Amino acid sequence: MIEIKELHKYFGDLHVLKGIDLNVEKGEVLSIIGASGSGKSTLLYCINGLEAIQKGEVKVDGVSVHAKETNLNKLRTKMGMVFQQWNSFPHLTALENVALAPRIVKGRSKAESREIARAQLEHVGLNDKIDVYPSALSGGQQQRLAIARALAMEPEYMLFDEATSALDPELVGEVLDTMRLLAEEGMTMICVTHEMGFARDVSDRVAYFHEGVMEEIGPPDQIFNNQKSERTAKFLANVR
Amino acid sequence: MNFDYTFHWRPVFRKLPELLEASLVTLQVSVLSMIIGIAIGLVLALLRIGGPKPLAWVASGWIETARNTPALFQLFFFSFGLGAFGLNLTPYLIVLMGLSFNNAGYLAENFRGGFQAVPDTQLRAARSLGMSSAQAYIRIIIPQVFRIVYHPLTNQLVWAVLMSSLAMIVGFRELAGETQAQAFKTFRIFEYFAVAALIYYVMVKLILGISRLLAWRLFRY
Amino acid sequence: MNEPISFFSGFGPKDLWYLAQAAWQTLLISVLSISAGTVMGIFFGWILSESKVVGSITIGFVLDAFRSVPLIIQLVLFYNLFNVIGLAVSPFTAGVIILGVYTSALVANVARGGIESVGKPMRRAGRSLGLSYFQTMRHVVWPIGLRAVFPSWVGVALGVLKDSALVSVLGHPELLKVARDLITRTQQPLLVLAVAGAFYFALSFPISRYAAHLERKWQS
Repeated sequence: MIEIKELHKYFGDLHVLKGIDLNVEKGEVLSIIGASGSGKSTLLYCINGLEAIQKGEVKVDGVSVHAKETNLNKLRTKMGMVFQQWNSFPHLTALENVALAPRIVKGRSKAESREIARAQLEHVGLNDKIDVYPSALSGGQQQRLAIARALAMEPEYMLFDEATSALDPELVGEVLDTMRLLAEEGMTMICVTHEMGFARDVSDRVAYFHEGVMEEIGPPDQIFNNQKSERTAKFLANVR
Repeated sequence: MNFDYTFHWRPVFRKLPELLEASLVTLQVSVLSMIIGIAIGLVLALLRIGGPKPLAWVASGWIETARNTPALFQLFFFSFGLGAFGLNLTPYLIVLMGLSFNNAGYLAENFRGGFQAVPDTQLRAARSLGMSSAQAYIRIIIPQVFRIVYHPLTNQLVWAVLMSSLAMIVGFRELAGETQAQAFKTFRIFEYFAVAALIYYVMVKLILGISRLLAWRLFRY
Repeated sequence: MNEPISFFSGFGPKDLWYLAQAAWQTLLISVLSISAGTVMGIFFGWILSESKVVGSITIGFVLDAFRSVPLIIQLVLFYNLFNVIGLAVSPFTAGVIILGVYTSALVANVARGGIESVGKPMRRAGRSLGLSYFQTMRHVVWPIGLRAVFPSWVGVALGVLKDSALVSVLGHPELLKVARDLITRTQQPLLVLAVAGAFYFALSFPISRYAAHLERKWQS
């Protein structure tokens, strides 16, 4: 379970997150929507400790992410992250991209980690691209590679940071399908997204962020059809 | 125009073994100065990117001096300059240190460019997989930087070989120094230097050829 | 009254004047060989870009050889060749000629890059407007290519300025030769080297600054 309490984040004088309180249960799929600059991506970075926080606390399975004594590298293996820019490692083949972290972070043997990698590449539908370098893959394939790479660490949580925003429109579908598949398998997911259809169909809950504040959170039906907040309604009216 | 000079190549060919041996010394001192230059250049680049102020200034001073003064000037510093402190280095050390100093300055700028060319997001992605900072640098960042600086690195090695000929002026007998010594013994200056030029040309072409072969093996992506 | 002259004497104001004169020699050698080398280099670069096969086999090979042999070897070699064929030239003249040819080999590469940076479509556009070949070169390729490779050319020029120090092996009193002589006489190597270094800095810094200024101006 991920617990976020009274979280504040500043970039210099810029107050990016203004007291976020949020719990995500095991098995839940949470989508976060909102305009750019509303702090939703920053929240993901704070959850897996890629950004420091100024006030409040983030706990993952009871372990405080930003406490000094926490072994962040170990904690991060519990949380897979997929970025807007897919960030495949260009000097490694698809298989090596996926097999590297299990071997050097988790200490799996070479054969074992290759087996894991093969299985995850198949999982995301890249079994025919095993020995290909990322430069020969499309954006959508590279993003699925990034998902396989995160899954190879056998994470309990997956964080998606606008995973489809940088893709050409015709490639968005294959990535969303992969994410949908993960949700069906019961993966706990936090998805920062602009894909309203995905948020409505796949999520258990949807949160709307506005200028560093979590304006509203609730089941998709509430957020998309019966908003309690004026701002949420206005945002969705503009998006549609 | 009176053309009464006859070329005598035989004495030069008789000394060919000495010249070839001297070119091995040239290669040795060049390669050694590259290894030292790479190590120091990496440190200088990292200091210039994000070191504490005073150290960043020292790094900038080193880099700018290496790049903006003649290599011969730098050799003079290591011979006469250090001599002023009572440090009289052997000609070999003068050349090695001079070349290393120069290499480090030029390579530092190449490394800096290389580090800046690898996006920050690569580091983020690696860290998000649970890699430590050291693992992320060794496995993800440095291999990419290495590819970016590979050709500049090759060029710098060629430059080091060419630059090592300055050893002739401080009395070290690598290829140019040996050539000069032999030439002035026999007064067959033109012939000796022509052969030396040919050997340098072959060495440079060899380095470039091997580098191209290696690149083809190393960089499959 | 003349001061008593001793072989070893401290660094005086007069020596500063010697170094200044030597710096002037360095500047003279550099300016002459860079100018001559640039004109020749642009010509060679043009040939290289126009005739791939013949160009690269003939002058391409020769120019590449100039880039693959140490300049100091070239200086001694050709200075002696001039003597051998009975051409009595001063070290200064020989230095300028050899350095100039060496510069042209470097500039040729830069110039070819500049010409090739202006793509075929752009040149065809020029021709389609009714410009002649040379008008296209003058009004399309030159201004665009120049901006593309100007920084590289400045790099070459600054490199030649530094390389001019090697003319000292022929015995011409340029900056580093005079510095070396002064070190022997004054036994104050650090001071002399510092002054000589300052002169090199004073020669190259304005050039790189002016180049950066030009680049900024062109970008806006």
